[in-house]
Amino acid sequence: MFQTLKNFYHKLGSYPWFYKISGKVIPFVGVLSISLIVISSIWGLFFSPIDAVQGDVYRIIYFHVPAVSVSQVIYYSMSVAAAVFLIWRMKMAGVYIKSLAPIGAAFTFIGLLSGAIWGQPTWGTWWVWDARLTSTLVLFLFYLAIIGMQSTFASRKSADTAVSIITLVGVVNLPIVKKSVDWWNTLHQPASISISGESSISNEMLIPLLLSILGVYFFVFFTGLLFMRAEISTREQNKEWFKKLSSNN
Amino acid sequence: MKQHRLKRLYGVLFIVFCSALAFVLVYFAIRDNVNLFYSPSDLFENPPQGRNAIRAGGLVKIGSLRRSTDSLEIEFIITDLKKSIAVNYTGILPDLFKENAGVVATGYFNKSKMSLDAYQILAKHDENYVPKEVKKALEK
Repeated sequence: MFQTLKNFYHKLGSYPWFYKISGKVIPFVGVLSISLIVISSIWGLFFSPIDAVQGDVYRIIYFHVPAVSVSQVIYYSMSVAAAVFLIWRMKMAGVYIKSLAPIGAAFTFIGLLSGAIWGQPTWGTWWVWDARLTSTLVLFLFYLAIIGMQSTFASRKSADTAVSIITLVGVVNLPIVKKSVDWWNTLHQPASISISGESSISNEMLIPLLLSILGVYFFVFFTGLLFMRAEISTREQNKEWFKKLSSNN
Repeated sequence: MKQHRLKRLYGVLFIVFCSALAFVLVYFAIRDNVNLFYSPSDLFENPPQGRNAIRAGGLVKIGSLRRSTDSLEIEFIITDLKKSIAVNYTGILPDLFKENAGVVATGYFNKSKMSLDAYQILAKHDENYVPKEVKKALEK
């Protein structure tokens, strides 16, 4: 078992292997993610029941929660990749961080924007400097820093190293984002979905929400693979294996 | 794990530790200002000094809401079920503002009357999402 995992880990570091496998996986993940997003959006927007307190505006939840949830998960996975890059010097980890950072930034932005659109009618304001909103903005700024740093170094290796370090610095912010609503008085409400206990959102609303979360996770998997392939083809365009591959097609 | 990798692992842990320390120190330094609002109990314990605007938050006490008949002026009481303070405000209210619901009021605190002259009212939504039909059925 351990040996299989170790083999998989070594293969993961190989550009040709990754390029071949990802090409096969992408169509399936793409179709799956788009259909999940379409189904859950239609379900959430038209068929799930209207909320007793907020009315129809609550339906923003079907975009807001998946976006902010995936933006945090992407950052966690990027910091694992950062540690792998710094310890094992696996180049694929650098590719992973560079490709996933714009996706994470985009979803953090969607989360902030959809939250503001929801906040205006419900709270009475677009933005308030409470702990949850501010720490999410900090997460967004870390993503921007990671993206910006990519192009400030002459060599790819020093860029990947510096970016890995800044990624690890930012990971400490994530538990703060998560726990801010419990630690301090905030305008933002605590979590409605609970994995261990009972969720405080009714099941008819929860099921399309879980589907939309799943859809967005697969969508990130899908775009992540696409972006990583693009990054690999930029880095390896003069390598023998890549030339051979492109001349075959 | 090989020696040089172990060394780099300690490096990684050191970065995370330093960053965590920095975040903890920052949040420790601003701990009194991270909370978005004071509860009425906070205000009774430590009435705010100076003339700066503050935020008070809690529930709108049931039966405390008074609307003026000829203007947008309203009065109500914010309570945390232990202490309560009076609030007056003139203006438009958010949709979710109602009695027994969460509210955050920003304004100037009057220490002698233990009341707040608010210039902004924000409604707080809780984590409960219940369909309209279900709620109607429950209330019957």
